[in-house]
Amino acid sequence: MVNKSVYLNKKLFDPDIELVPTRNGFGEGLVLAAEADENVVGLCADLTESTRMQSFAEKFPDRFIEVGVAEQNLVTVGAGMALGGKIPFTSSYATFSPGRNWEQIRTTICYNDVPVKIIGSHAGVSVGPDGATHQALEDIAITRALPNMVVVSPSDWIEAKKATQAIARLNKPCYLRLSREKVPVITTEQTPFEIGKAEIFYEGKDATVIATGQMVFRALQAAEELKSHKISVRVINCHTIKPLDKDTILNAAEETGAIVTAEEHQVTGGLGGAVAEVLSQNYPVPLKIIGIEDRFGESGEPNELLEKFGLTKEAIIKAVTAVLRMKGK
Amino acid sequence: MSIKIDDIQKLEEKANAIREDIIKMLLEAGSGHSAGPLGMADIFTALYFNILNHDPKNPDWEERDRLILSNGHICPVRYATMAHAGYFPISELKTLRKLGSRLQGHPHRIALPGMETTSGPLGSGLSQSSGLALAGRINKAKWRVICLMSDGEQEEGNTWEAAMLAGKYKLHNLTALIDRNNIQIDGHTEDVMPLENLKAKYEAFNWHVLEIDGHNFEEIIAAFNQAKAIYEKPTIIIAHTIPGKGVSFMENKYEWHGKPPNKEEAKKALEQLRTLQGKIRSEHE
Repeated sequence: MVNKSVYLNKKLFDPDIELVPTRNGFGEGLVLAAEADENVVGLCADLTESTRMQSFAEKFPDRFIEVGVAEQNLVTVGAGMALGGKIPFTSSYATFSPGRNWEQIRTTICYNDVPVKIIGSHAGVSVGPDGATHQALEDIAITRALPNMVVVSPSDWIEAKKATQAIARLNKPCYLRLSREKVPVITTEQTPFEIGKAEIFYEGKDATVIATGQMVFRALQAAEELKSHKISVRVINCHTIKPLDKDTILNAAEETGAIVTAEEHQVTGGLGGAVAEVLSQNYPVPLKIIGIEDRFGESGEPNELLEKFGLTKEAIIKAVTAVLRMKGK
Repeated sequence: MSIKIDDIQKLEEKANAIREDIIKMLLEAGSGHSAGPLGMADIFTALYFNILNHDPKNPDWEERDRLILSNGHICPVRYATMAHAGYFPISELKTLRKLGSRLQGHPHRIALPGMETTSGPLGSGLSQSSGLALAGRINKAKWRVICLMSDGEQEEGNTWEAAMLAGKYKLHNLTALIDRNNIQIDGHTEDVMPLENLKAKYEAFNWHVLEIDGHNFEEIIAAFNQAKAIYEKPTIIIAHTIPGKGVSFMENKYEWHGKPPNKEEAKKALEQLRTLQGKIRSEHE
């Protein structure tokens, strides 16, 4: 059942649950972060409205830098501003940043260990009609492989708002993964949020689903449905993929003995890979990884695509059943 | 504060001593780049001993000018110059490229105070310098940003993205310098990928462009001073240099871009540097 101590949205399982894109939470969070710290600056590569940097740019014109369509410049100018004492938020689509400019992020931000924030919007196949070129499915893999980098993937807009303020206060390079599409509002202002701390959103003892981004909602739906079949599933919202909350994951492995991960990202190198690295070396239990199976996305409506690529409540239920079988139950 | 040597002959002597240390440290390291560091020794000497506002005993001093080295592979010249300026003991130069050394094969900001940034992969220094200049402008800071680049890295798209931005924002607190030595790893720049007309290109990107002899101290110092007086746009100095300068068998040879001298070659190189290629008698003879 829903963990009462995390104050999730009371309408969580209502059909008319409110839908908001996580990028909106970034936009509001950035203004709050900028009000709290005058060193916060914003840089954008010709996607100011779309990545929701517009309100910041209007409110703080002297702290906003438009770099044009130049993602390599976006992050390296950001690195320079960080060397000058600023906290730069750099926004674009995730396929371009951290995609196109990965080496610049590696050398001038991560090796330099300066607090530049890479904001990658339009992650996942749910970007929809724009097609595969604009659907980032490898961004978690390429950012979590970088030393010093913190990787955050919020589950809804409220969490994205909190995450934006939290990374502003964190003196490290950070990647924030955002969605284009409206996604269900799972959390409330009261829901705890701390970088590096995964939260149990749904209590259970037979198996655990560790999810990130909008897959958290689908995992909760799956857990609620499995409850009616007398299967008790724990759901963990893993919003920080690096540093990974190993304690919460290993506790889940010990207490429930079977794990499913779910993400809108390639199976290779994403959340599932990160969880597998921890489990296999510390407490191996049956594991299924739900994600994109080594292929590119395509054009379509977000929900059509999520269904086609197997990122659904049904896929999670199937995977839970499979790990329970592997566990010998 | 700054260290100020105005006597040109003294600056030339300092540059020569730095060149000797470059040869010694490359020999000791057994790998590294020879031509670029020797070619830039005069410019580095002019910067650290005349132009820059800096404090070797307080490398993080807030008011210091920021010197960004974009083409990190010529770091032996920066290390040698910093050691001569008093940032760390000259004896530490022989740790170049060795395990545990602060003098990494390509510069690492965190390892060595005063390094300002990490570099090596080409084409990102002008962007970082522009970012620093923007931060300085927002803070109404008095310090200036100086960015040193190679000519080869003018082939990087990232460089021109930065050139556009600095032109757009009229970053007059930024002075860039191109080490125009005409060589890169695969050969002469104009064979590998023609760069000319560099002056016209930067002017088209809204920069103030100066061209100088990169071995003439008066010209080097005058160019950086002139850049300070230009308030409408960023300034770029195209400094014509001789790669391998001071060692006859290295001069203008692209083959010396990325390799160190062996023992015999180092001996010969040091002899030439001590005698200014035979023009004077060495005290060591």
